[in-house]
Amino acid sequence: MAEKLLKKGNEAIALAAIRYGVDGYFGYPITPQSEVMETLMEEMPWETTGMVVLQAESETSSINMLYGGACCGKKVMTSSSSPGISLMCEGISYMAGSELPCLVVNVTRGGPGLGTIQPSQGDYFQAVKGGGHGDYKTIVLAPASVQEMYDFVGTGFDLAFKYRMPAMILSDGAIGQMMEKVELRPQVQRLTDKEIAKKYGDWATTGKSGRKANFISSLALEARDMEQINLRLQSKYRIIEETEVLFEKHLCDDAEYLLVAFGSSARICESTVEMARSKGIRMGLLRPITLFPFPTRIIQAMLPQLKGIMSVELSAGQMVEDIRLAVNGAVPVEFFGKMGGIVFSPEEVLNAFTAKFNL
Amino acid sequence: MDTHDIIKPENLVYGKSKVLTDTVMHYCPGCTHGVVHKIIAEVIEEMDIQDRTIGVCPVGCAVFAYKYIDIDWQQAAHGRAPALATATKRLYPDKYVFTYQGDGDLASIGTAEIIHACNRGENIVVIFINNAIYGMTGGQMAPTTLLGMKTATTPYGRKAELNGYPLKITELVAQLEGTCYVTRQSAQNPASVRKAKKAIRKAFENTTQRKGTSFIEIVAACNSNWKMAPVKANKWMEENMFPFYPLGDLKDR
Amino acid sequence: MAFKGAVVVDTEKCKGCGVCIANCPTDTLALANKVNSKGYPYAMMANPDNCIGCANCAIVCPDSVITVYKVKI
Repeated sequence: MAEKLLKKGNEAIALAAIRYGVDGYFGYPITPQSEVMETLMEEMPWETTGMVVLQAESETSSINMLYGGACCGKKVMTSSSSPGISLMCEGISYMAGSELPCLVVNVTRGGPGLGTIQPSQGDYFQAVKGGGHGDYKTIVLAPASVQEMYDFVGTGFDLAFKYRMPAMILSDGAIGQMMEKVELRPQVQRLTDKEIAKKYGDWATTGKSGRKANFISSLALEARDMEQINLRLQSKYRIIEETEVLFEKHLCDDAEYLLVAFGSSARICESTVEMARSKGIRMGLLRPITLFPFPTRIIQAMLPQLKGIMSVELSAGQMVEDIRLAVNGAVPVEFFGKMGGIVFSPEEVLNAFTAKFNL
Repeated sequence: MDTHDIIKPENLVYGKSKVLTDTVMHYCPGCTHGVVHKIIAEVIEEMDIQDRTIGVCPVGCAVFAYKYIDIDWQQAAHGRAPALATATKRLYPDKYVFTYQGDGDLASIGTAEIIHACNRGENIVVIFINNAIYGMTGGQMAPTTLLGMKTATTPYGRKAELNGYPLKITELVAQLEGTCYVTRQSAQNPASVRKAKKAIRKAFENTTQRKGTSFIEIVAACNSNWKMAPVKANKWMEENMFPFYPLGDLKDR
Repeated sequence: MAFKGAVVVDTEKCKGCGVCIANCPTDTLALANKVNSKGYPYAMMANPDNCIGCANCAIVCPDSVITVYKVKI
């Protein structure tokens, strides 16, 4: 029988980390995600699975602990919220450049600056377009439920190791703090040091035993070498765009109008769609689950049936730019959003929609 | 006896460590980095731990340390080496993990990382090369630059009221509960090289006994950026650096 | 007991810093009048008869280019 618990989104992340055989968590307290590390410290996984949990002196240090752990071929993760993720962007860029897997959880809050602790989706650009310096991407997963908070820990690590790059769960304070039923998955055994040396010995710094020395760096002083690294990264990103897009469609088959929303916004928009349908408007909802790779082709395939699209975000309008790139002027693309931690109601979304499309 | 008769394998008394690669080091002629690399390699060879040692190299001249010491290496962002080493050692408690950092890396941009790694008592070795200047970027003022010392960013000499005071970070980490062995050494003559090597060996041995962090400062010369010939730079170091950065153990428990 | 020594310098890798010469107790070493392919004048045994095989030169050599041999005489 499935093991079900009533948990906060943040707690689900912590439980998933233990169950998924994560080797190390390194973090720094920040609202609204502090329950992740608090839960781990309560659970004491070092006594059971052998997982290392460490409170670092800063987000800068946490992400660089991930860098060290990832160099060793270990499954390592951190969690933080917007201002903390800004500090981590240095390390994420280094890990992207060094082609290292890790999982970063961002339970976002409203910015810019110290901002607010209320939910926001204003970190979309930072997550999807890079955030740190240089041409790189991270795989970005946007959960809309506590169950997805739990499940995306595994999905994130699987993709991060498949492509040797950082993956991010882009959540927000609403999903992090709300309580829902979550089904726990079976315990995954942590890899032993021997298994890691065998599996990742061609690149990981596990100790030079029976092979040539491994060295992990993002430095390539020769422009031609650096160009090759960039070309390899870009071709990897193209493969990911081809093969790893995740999304969910809600009442899209006959839809003439499409809402596009992710995470907590998508939950609100589900109600908006029901309300619109009851008024005779054929509306559907597309919920991108991976924000990078973005479901560009999914949107393009729907264009013949659509009269208009509205992006609904807890921001000034960020994802809407990716939708417009996908649509390339074929149908009108509108935007509705709120900022600073204010959350819209389904009615507000519907009113904005009918006003923008004169319905 | 002829030289020719002496040069035979059975008469060998000193040769290059097998843990050093054959790559010619990029360091300037006479640079202390080369000497310290050599004694680290010798310690790793003598302890027979080449397959269990993981080094973390910095940003700065020693960014290329991986080319010269034949072990697994991670290259950290500027100042962050102690964070990488923390995770590496905690995830692989049976390996020997050390950082190799310069004064800009360790005592300026990486101050938080080194203080907290030492304070947590991470079972790692820290090799801190203090030549009182930024080498790779072209000789700017470091946190450890002496008062009055001319650098690219203190062209008229370091002044306390403008640039603050030189930082004795080794004295600082010696105060921390987490460090077990803190020492200041140099490597400009045979006696000092032997002592420095002994200190490095002791530090590596400490990590297996879970005693805490071992921190070794090597007062070094950067002859290129000091704008002196190598032998003269070593002499200048003895006369000017040693009075402010006195050699010897600060802590051993 | 006396010792006699000899050193072999990897002249192609020597950078001619002179630290070995400054640390040689017997004035065995000097920089050559010639340079290697990188343009460095390399260290050499100018007075091979003086060498006692103490290895001081090799111990301080930053580039590990000196190998030392020694016999009892």
